[in-house]
Amino acid sequence: MNRKLMLSALVLGGLALGGTASAATPSAEMLANTCAGCHGTYGLSQGPASPTIAGISKSYFIDTMKEYKEGSRASTIMTRIAKGYSDEEIEAMAGYFSSQNYAGRKQSFDTNLAKRGYLLHDKYCGKCHEDGGRSSDDDAGLLAGQWIPYLEYTFSDYMSGAREMPKKMANKVKELQGDHGDDGIKMLLNYYASQGE
Amino acid sequence: MAQITRRNFLKLSGGATALGAFGFPHVSMGAGKKVVVVGGGIGGSTAAKYIRLMDPSIEVTLIEPNKDYYTCFMSNEVLGGNRDLNSIKFGYDGLRKHGVTVVHDLVTGIDGKKVTTASGKSFAFDRCIVSPGVDLKWESIGGYSKEVANKIPHAWKAGEQTRILRSQLEAMKDGGTVILAAPPNPFRCPPGPYERASQIAWYLKNHKPKSKVVILDPKDKFSKFGLFTAGWTKHYGYGTDNALIEWVSGAQGGKVESVDAGAMKVTAAVEEFKGDVINLIPAQKAGKIAFDAGLVDDSGWCPVEGKTFESKKIPNVHVIGDAAIASPMPKSGYAANSQAKVAAAAVVALLNGSEAPQPSYVNTCYSIITPDDGISVAAVYNYADGKIGGVQGAGGLTPGYADTTMEMRKREVLYAHSWFQNITHDTFG
Repeated sequence: MNRKLMLSALVLGGLALGGTASAATPSAEMLANTCAGCHGTYGLSQGPASPTIAGISKSYFIDTMKEYKEGSRASTIMTRIAKGYSDEEIEAMAGYFSSQNYAGRKQSFDTNLAKRGYLLHDKYCGKCHEDGGRSSDDDAGLLAGQWIPYLEYTFSDYMSGAREMPKKMANKVKELQGDHGDDGIKMLLNYYASQGE
Repeated sequence: MAQITRRNFLKLSGGATALGAFGFPHVSMGAGKKVVVVGGGIGGSTAAKYIRLMDPSIEVTLIEPNKDYYTCFMSNEVLGGNRDLNSIKFGYDGLRKHGVTVVHDLVTGIDGKKVTTASGKSFAFDRCIVSPGVDLKWESIGGYSKEVANKIPHAWKAGEQTRILRSQLEAMKDGGTVILAAPPNPFRCPPGPYERASQIAWYLKNHKPKSKVVILDPKDKFSKFGLFTAGWTKHYGYGTDNALIEWVSGAQGGKVESVDAGAMKVTAAVEEFKGDVINLIPAQKAGKIAFDAGLVDDSGWCPVEGKTFESKKIPNVHVIGDAAIASPMPKSGYAANSQAKVAAAAVVALLNGSEAPQPSYVNTCYSIITPDDGISVAAVYNYADGKIGGVQGAGGLTPGYADTTMEMRKREVLYAHSWFQNITHDTFG
């Protein structure tokens, strides 16, 4: 058992004892199994749009689900789904998915745009989205090899204001767009698409 | 003391590492225990795979007559010309890779200890999971039968039936009428007939715009009613003189009583309807083996305990999917997949001498009205006070046009396709 798994098992044990709702709290694995139909077994999505959530940062997962629950983050279906889980259950799921191994998915991309995107990522995004955007230690969203339609939706929601951008990100995106216009985003997306394993 | 070499150490730690990687850290005490899964659809295949993932020491045999399975979900896209039939076809090699023994045979009997098949074989089990799907009540429509279905397809079990209906739509002249008879409740895939009408209308609009679909329905309301009818109004002229979709409700005489395949007409409660293509979806009941084994009650469906899906009729036998009475969960592919995991976890726990774990279930049904307009209904379920129930305040429908954008509706189509990619991989991969 690796460290992450052991931690999630400990969290679970605590929850099982502390469950107070009329329906007992299911195990993290039981809860996570309900996500696989759309996000893939273990959270490794087969695409074309549902994001991979295996290897996601625990706090990012919890924040995301809470925002869906409150309706403060744009979604098609996740607002309706997230309301079905208690905070304890969301925390258990976060433990499960953060302990899975992340793997970016192979997708088509333009090599030249991807090369230029690499430089842009390094300059504008890499401080928060570490290791090309595949690290979960940075508590930022998974980007490297993430499904591109999903990243496009997310970016479009940020730009329209349907989802609130963190302040640092807003500054960096402004800088990026000032320097490179919309092409900058295109290059970044091609870089992330090139990071499949 | 034996020296621990690097190779030895790897061997010792290999099991735990592999489990860690797969995220199912179960202690395997069910060694040598046998599970037989009857039926290789969504429910059966998911259950077989997940038992192996949860406890690889359990021997799992899946018995299914067909070498390939065609998913019912997304088969409407094939009818609309938006998808190839091969893309909904799945084999069982993925399950074999998980160590499931797949036997192509027809199960003819189940008792509390063993399963018997048409070829005369017998398979002993400690626990059995039955996922028989639905059978069609041919007798509910006069003149209809399995043979007649070669000319008047139901296409409610995908594959050859889907191919027949699609080729009839392709051969139909412009200006033709497609009769689509919807079934009474309860039936597999509640939004399915109405997504089908949408997909056929999409095909007609683009290729045979003088034609129409007439839905004959014994019901006065159906799944996603407001969303479908608004979608039909927006895209298919519903409610106008040039409508590509007409809907005849039960109150308006939509219940189909009989079919005359030679004259290509159906007799409904009030009047007769002539069709150039006729698609009859009859009333449904649990799959045949559920009846033969005595797993059904008077309703024609299988009563189960919601925490484990163990049959209330035969101990050690679990029933999942469309055949099970799992209300408020609908008879859907996602519900079958979700129930299969709950049943698998229960079976693994019980075979290991533990109590069945607390379940969590989910369902999402996507429907594609046009290639750019998707809708969904979702629900999360828990188990409390001895029964399955929908979690209060969760789930529900896609917002109507006034409360969303076409961009979000288009995303739902891509998420529907993502659901298809993921659930089929989760089930068969």
